[in-house]
Amino acid sequence: MRNSRTLWPGRAGHSFVAAYTVLLIAFGLVPTGYAIYFAFTDGGGTFSGLSNFSTAVNDFRFTPAVEHVALYLLWWLVSLVVFVVGLALLLHRLALSGVSRALRFLYYVPGALAGAASVMVWLFVLDPTVSPVAFLLRAFGYHTFGEVIAPGHLPILFTLIAFWTGAGGWIVVMYGALNNISQDVLEAARIDGAGAWQTAWRIQIPLLRKWIVYMVILAFAGGTQLFVEPQLLSQASVGVAGRDYSLNQLAYDFAFQNNDVNTAAAVSVELLLVGLVVAGVFVARSGFFDAD
Amino acid sequence: MRTDIRRPAVATSSGSGQVPGRADRTRSGRPVRGRLNPLPALVLLLFVVFFVLPVLWLLLAATKTDDQLVNNNPLSFGSLHALHANWKALTAYQDNAIFLWLRNSAVYSFLALVITLCVAVPAGYAMAMTEFRGRRALLIATLVVMLMPNATLVVPLFLEVNAVHLIGSMWSIILPYAFYPFGVYLTYIYFSTALPRELLDAARLDGCSEFGVFRRVALPLAAPVVALVGFFSFVANWTNYYLPYVMLPQSDQFPVQVGLGTLLDSVPQFNPTASTLQVERPELALATLLAIVPVLVVFLFSQRFLVAGMLAGATKN
Repeated sequence: MRNSRTLWPGRAGHSFVAAYTVLLIAFGLVPTGYAIYFAFTDGGGTFSGLSNFSTAVNDFRFTPAVEHVALYLLWWLVSLVVFVVGLALLLHRLALSGVSRALRFLYYVPGALAGAASVMVWLFVLDPTVSPVAFLLRAFGYHTFGEVIAPGHLPILFTLIAFWTGAGGWIVVMYGALNNISQDVLEAARIDGAGAWQTAWRIQIPLLRKWIVYMVILAFAGGTQLFVEPQLLSQASVGVAGRDYSLNQLAYDFAFQNNDVNTAAAVSVELLLVGLVVAGVFVARSGFFDAD
Repeated sequence: MRTDIRRPAVATSSGSGQVPGRADRTRSGRPVRGRLNPLPALVLLLFVVFFVLPVLWLLLAATKTDDQLVNNNPLSFGSLHALHANWKALTAYQDNAIFLWLRNSAVYSFLALVITLCVAVPAGYAMAMTEFRGRRALLIATLVVMLMPNATLVVPLFLEVNAVHLIGSMWSIILPYAFYPFGVYLTYIYFSTALPRELLDAARLDGCSEFGVFRRVALPLAAPVVALVGFFSFVANWTNYYLPYVMLPQSDQFPVQVGLGTLLDSVPQFNPTASTLQVERPELALATLLAIVPVLVVFLFSQRFLVAGMLAGATKN
């Protein structure tokens, strides 16, 4: 199958990819190059070595921001893998296909509230005066909005928001991938006496591996980009959550509050590097792109 | 490789029309139809509550006054009168700003969606099915850029767009939206795993041009992946906050996501410095509801494709 790619004469192949290549260059490669250029130059455009990077790293807000994002990522990725895969498997086993479809829809519904909308909802849910789960918040001993969104709680709260909005879509994707596992394989396992748990653990999850890795890579990449949640939360909390909670907020502040685009670009480049290195490790270890 | 086109159809039908023999066979390996194992069912239901309760609360919040929101049961219905009053107050905010923001979101997301589909599907197809100079470089660049989170590029994009004096133009967000390597990668996977080359060769033998093969054979079979790419792209664009927040300086250009942030700033409970043009919390809830309706509608329309199994094949071998 791999060798049967057609060799097209002339420019047919290029005409199919031309428009995409233009966009790739304009909005993928050029901004990346621009970021690197700015990260290594000073305000006057002369080469400045790593000084922008050290400015960023030595900024008193930098280390806390890295810690915030790392902690959030840990919670977010673990909960995503465990619950998305678990729920997709449970849904796939449901004999009542109508129920399974309805549940997938209900799980997805918050997906429509991604971005600012999800933060709006959770501002309410986390406010004991109006929350539908006020009894839970009070049971934990929180009586004011400020107590609920104490800085130490933020990684968990951002995980809740991200999982609430993002998990449904991934469940749909995992379900689709499960659908794609050949019935013959599952039937063979059944004949060999595998129960539901064994089938899931030994056949379905290994066959889902690429999709799980893919999900983790994208979720990691997305997670490092934390911006709208802390930004709006800091707007709504009169500074309980700072404007410099995440790395992207820091980059934004450097660029637009301090008028220091060079340091902002350095932060962007660092984020890019971390994202690519981690993705690269995942890709290499999982053989995700073996297809080619 | 056996890809069975019938399976999604079976999975999405109610199953009542199945012959008894088949139903018995299903029974041996799956939970008995109509009776659920209590523990998984409990887990599934708990997550329903988790996912749905806040949405339900939001729906009801829009029907209450701010006073009712605080004092009444969180899951009680307010009144149509209050809903109407909230609607009037919300639309009065900055002279129908909410409609303007919604329209902006629609224009940005829809134009970007059209460009994405026209660009990504042929590109994924060509990379999966054909050999051409630079194919490998393009594929690697796509993978790398796809792994690069686009929010890191927001500040560099601002610098680039600023350099060509396009800050404030709607194209400064539509074109970056339209660049969607994830979509190219999805179509690439789809075509390279699910489209039998024999079909394409047959069409070529019948004298189809390369474009004809794509349009008449590949594209119709790619409907599920086109729906998937379109859906993800639309949702990603509709819900994007950071890019328009940076690129668009004026309130009348905001998409609804950034507009919600503006509204939030005018709610006294969340921002004590808000004094003039106050927005009450139920109005904010109503605005949030309006902001999500389009995504829900798109989801309802594309759900059939999304759940049918995105890699379901086209032929039986």
